[in-house]
Amino acid sequence: MPTTASAAHPLTDVTASDSTLRRFLHGLPGVDAVGLEARAASLGTRSIKTTAKAYAIDLAISMVDLTTLEGADTPGKVRALGAKAVRPDPTDRTTPATAAVCVYPDMVAVAKEAVAGSGVKVASVATAFPAGRAALPVKLADVRDAVAAGADEVDMVIDRGAFLAGHYMKVYDEIVAVREVCGTDARLKVIFETGELSTYDNIRRASWLGMLAGADFIKTSTGKVAVNATPANTLLMLEAVRDFRAQTGVQVGVKPAGGIRTSKDAIKFLVLVNETAGEDWLDNHWFRFGASSLLNDLLMQRQKLATGRYSGPDYVTVD
Amino acid sequence: MSDRLNVLKTYKLYVGGKFPRSESGRVYEVTDAKGKWLANAPQSSRKDARDAVVAARKAFGGWAGATAYNRGQVLYRVAEMLEGRRAQFVHEVADAEGLSKSKAAEQVDAAVDRWVWYAGWTDKIAQVVGGGNPVAGPYFNLSSPEPTGVVAVLAPQESSFLGLVSVLAPVIATGNTAVVVASEKAPLPALSLAEVLATSDVPGGVVNVLSGRTAEIAAPLASHQDVNAIDLAGADEVLAKELEIAAADNLKRVLRPQPVDDWTATPGIDRLTAFLETKTVWHPTGSLGAGGSSY
Amino acid sequence: MASASAFEYAPAPESRSVVDIAPSYGLFIDGEFVEAADGKVFKTVSPSTEEVLSEIAQAGEADVDRAVAAARRAFEKWSALPGSERAKYLFRIARIIQERSRELAVLETLDNGKPIKETRDADLPLVAAHFFYYAGWADKLEHAGFGVSPKPLGVAGQVIPWNFPLLMLAWKIAPALATGNTVVLKPAETTPLSALFFADVCRQAGLPKGVVNILPGYGDTGAALVAHPDVNKVAFTGSTAVGKEIARTVAGSRKKLTLELGGKGANIVFDDAPIDQAVEGIVNGIFFNQGQVCCAGSRLLVQESIQDELLDSLKRRLSTLRLGDPLDKNTDIGAINSAEQLARITSLVDKGAAEGAEPWSPECELPSAGYWFAPTLFTNVTQAHTIARDEIFGPVLSVLTFRTPDEAVAKANNTQYGLSAGIWTEKGSRILAVANKLRAGVVWSNTFNKFDPTSPFGGYKESGFGREGGRHGLEAYLDV
Repeated sequence: MPTTASAAHPLTDVTASDSTLRRFLHGLPGVDAVGLEARAASLGTRSIKTTAKAYAIDLAISMVDLTTLEGADTPGKVRALGAKAVRPDPTDRTTPATAAVCVYPDMVAVAKEAVAGSGVKVASVATAFPAGRAALPVKLADVRDAVAAGADEVDMVIDRGAFLAGHYMKVYDEIVAVREVCGTDARLKVIFETGELSTYDNIRRASWLGMLAGADFIKTSTGKVAVNATPANTLLMLEAVRDFRAQTGVQVGVKPAGGIRTSKDAIKFLVLVNETAGEDWLDNHWFRFGASSLLNDLLMQRQKLATGRYSGPDYVTVD
Repeated sequence: MSDRLNVLKTYKLYVGGKFPRSESGRVYEVTDAKGKWLANAPQSSRKDARDAVVAARKAFGGWAGATAYNRGQVLYRVAEMLEGRRAQFVHEVADAEGLSKSKAAEQVDAAVDRWVWYAGWTDKIAQVVGGGNPVAGPYFNLSSPEPTGVVAVLAPQESSFLGLVSVLAPVIATGNTAVVVASEKAPLPALSLAEVLATSDVPGGVVNVLSGRTAEIAAPLASHQDVNAIDLAGADEVLAKELEIAAADNLKRVLRPQPVDDWTATPGIDRLTAFLETKTVWHPTGSLGAGGSSY
Repeated sequence: MASASAFEYAPAPESRSVVDIAPSYGLFIDGEFVEAADGKVFKTVSPSTEEVLSEIAQAGEADVDRAVAAARRAFEKWSALPGSERAKYLFRIARIIQERSRELAVLETLDNGKPIKETRDADLPLVAAHFFYYAGWADKLEHAGFGVSPKPLGVAGQVIPWNFPLLMLAWKIAPALATGNTVVLKPAETTPLSALFFADVCRQAGLPKGVVNILPGYGDTGAALVAHPDVNKVAFTGSTAVGKEIARTVAGSRKKLTLELGGKGANIVFDDAPIDQAVEGIVNGIFFNQGQVCCAGSRLLVQESIQDELLDSLKRRLSTLRLGDPLDKNTDIGAINSAEQLARITSLVDKGAAEGAEPWSPECELPSAGYWFAPTLFTNVTQAHTIARDEIFGPVLSVLTFRTPDEAVAKANNTQYGLSAGIWTEKGSRILAVANKLRAGVVWSNTFNKFDPTSPFGGYKESGFGREGGRHGLEAYLDV
């Protein structure tokens, strides 16, 4: 079961006031962008073959939060997605289910029904996703709706405006408030929208801020901006959860979302996990991919490994 | 003319900004080109050489760390001081090298002008020999010249003054400090130059001047582990080879003797670059944002 | 080393079949492969398996004479070629190296023992880039700042080490040919193969006979080459001891000399450093090429206030390094180049422990055949320890501490060497101030072990003199 970060830990004092929080976040070690990107790229050159590849593909499938977050989402679309999540490859029952489906709050009930009994979780974005530009009561109502409809997981967005304006305590308080609404029923994923935070230093600060506020997962992005998950920003967040656990004993998950489309990419991310946070995170309880088209590529690769032939889009289902 | 007896000058070494006698107590007779006695010059020992290296090392950090503009002004000040004592040097060079007054004057004027030339180089050489390197990656990369350190300078034997200035000025222009071994048979202009340097804002120890037997003083300098480079201008072929072998012990930068027909010719920058190291500094640049602009 | 997790990478070996190593090779003189005059040969082995790769002709004095004579004959025409024509030969060489880079990378890994990841991603791309860079200079020398009509020196005698065999060849041959010199090059006795393959690249490029001559052999071959009276230029990369011997040999001659020798680089980590990147930089600084790098960051100077935190991170990172088959694309740490080098590393490490420093290595299984040494770091090291002063040339890091920037600089400079240094801090003015005070030819700030053909490389003090790379690198081969 998830360890909630709300328990007292050695960093509790950090959030005592706006100024202690600011001092703490600004006191985190800086990030050298070139060095970070070089490390991420070098891990990207790991060559994963044969048994390791088969393992990695199944692991990646099991980590997918299969996502649809469109204005055009309908119950039909969500039901199809749910079916796909439960049985990604109808021709091969050994294929693992995905971790979750990820939908808007008003689709949670439909999704819940579609995956009922399968163990696949339902995640709901909330807090005025994706911009987060709404008053706190509205955001909390959004979360309450999702949880009431049965969401197992809530993917909230932080107030990037407040963060960039330096109002860290405001961001923190909002996460804590959402955390309270989630209660023990739903795990909380905190989305930073790294593309809007822009600098790696900000991403590191946001990671610690989110973890201090009780996030179960820290998540890169909404998928709605130009730059979403990258190997570098995910590596940076993996360093953060690694260091947070070392200091507090609390383990937090990581979810890169948006822009991961191929098996090759997904395996690179798994290498990042393996060599940065370590094998404790190599499990869908602690690492997820926020993605939609990724799943079909993983399935095609899986078929290729099983049959030795290259597969094609007509041999996997259209969501 | 009256019957007044001249006051003769006692020539001394110049070490660490002071004018000591040789610790050995030795002097040797210096004559003019016709063999007439001019003065007794200190005959430096190994220990004088060692003291000079200590002084030069001590002065290195400050001199190398001075701004190039400051070093340029100091070198220009040397030219000013020298101009004011032109008559004295014309006299000394004429005696030392057996030149007519007018030939000697040409040498002294060229020497003054040489200080001016090098004074102007101090804040330009880095722009000429350094610069940015366009490496294939997200890095800022800059090469800059830096002074080598303590340089032993064996001054030319024949051109006792212009030759000396021509080899000394480029060494210190870039921030090195020098231990100069004056022309063996004509050391007096060099010893007098020390008096000019002492009154020209050149910090003590930046230039140290030794007179005596070149081979005797050069040997300990060439093998000294705290000397970084040696200019062999004043060594003959046999001595130069011996010294170059000794200099290999700590891999001194060695400037071999090169034939110079005319010391008044424009020198170029070879003597400046001979005692410069190139330091290349890298730093990541990267992008402004973590993944580029999002919108 | 890498923990046996559920995600254990399967071996991913690069195919050996891309390279065809002949059972024997001759000397390359005047465009032909020939036997040594005295018929001597030696064997070159793969350091990761001790398998004999090939038998190589061993050049003696008579062969040096022959090669220098061939280079001398070739010099007249080669130096008289228009620069634009020499440039085109060098561009051809650069392109052929790019085309054959996979083959050459595998070859280099086999003969040297370094990981394919490095030969593939560092050595070979840099080799091609170096030829490409100097090719462009060949017809622009009058604009390089060395006078209006700079002239080549003549025959260059070049002796290179085994740590970057082909890259060091490129650093030597590319500027020499661009400036119109001809060369006789002696590769190291443990890594002659890539130089002999380069001879074949020259053949494919149509390079005129005698312009490049390759003489495999031991130290005595190199000594004969640098002492040869008809050599005009000597360039050496290797140990400081041999460098000094060469400086004595050429003393009193008119041979121009450049030396790129040993180092004991300080990697200085301040308390405000970007820690994760600093850890990567430290690892790259000392474990790149098994630490067999003259500019390795072999001394870690860490600010005392963050020592524990940094060492914890560093140790954790070291436990993820993968040591093993150099041809495996996932290998981070390959084999030590030779039994001799392994013995030297072992003896210095023993000395470190005997003098009271504390060694630490991650759990690490070493292959049974071949020459291997586990990544090692020493704590409790002081300036007085042998391992803080002598170049180990292996995967061994000595960790020292400092309290203030002044102390860091003083300790960093407290060595006979002066090749490289690293600075890690987020404070710009501190980088510039410290870089300014360090007596080292290459200063990497917030990065380490970066190389580029445009960037001059070379040392202060006993790390040698002269620069290789960039515009500066031309000077060594011009009569200026």
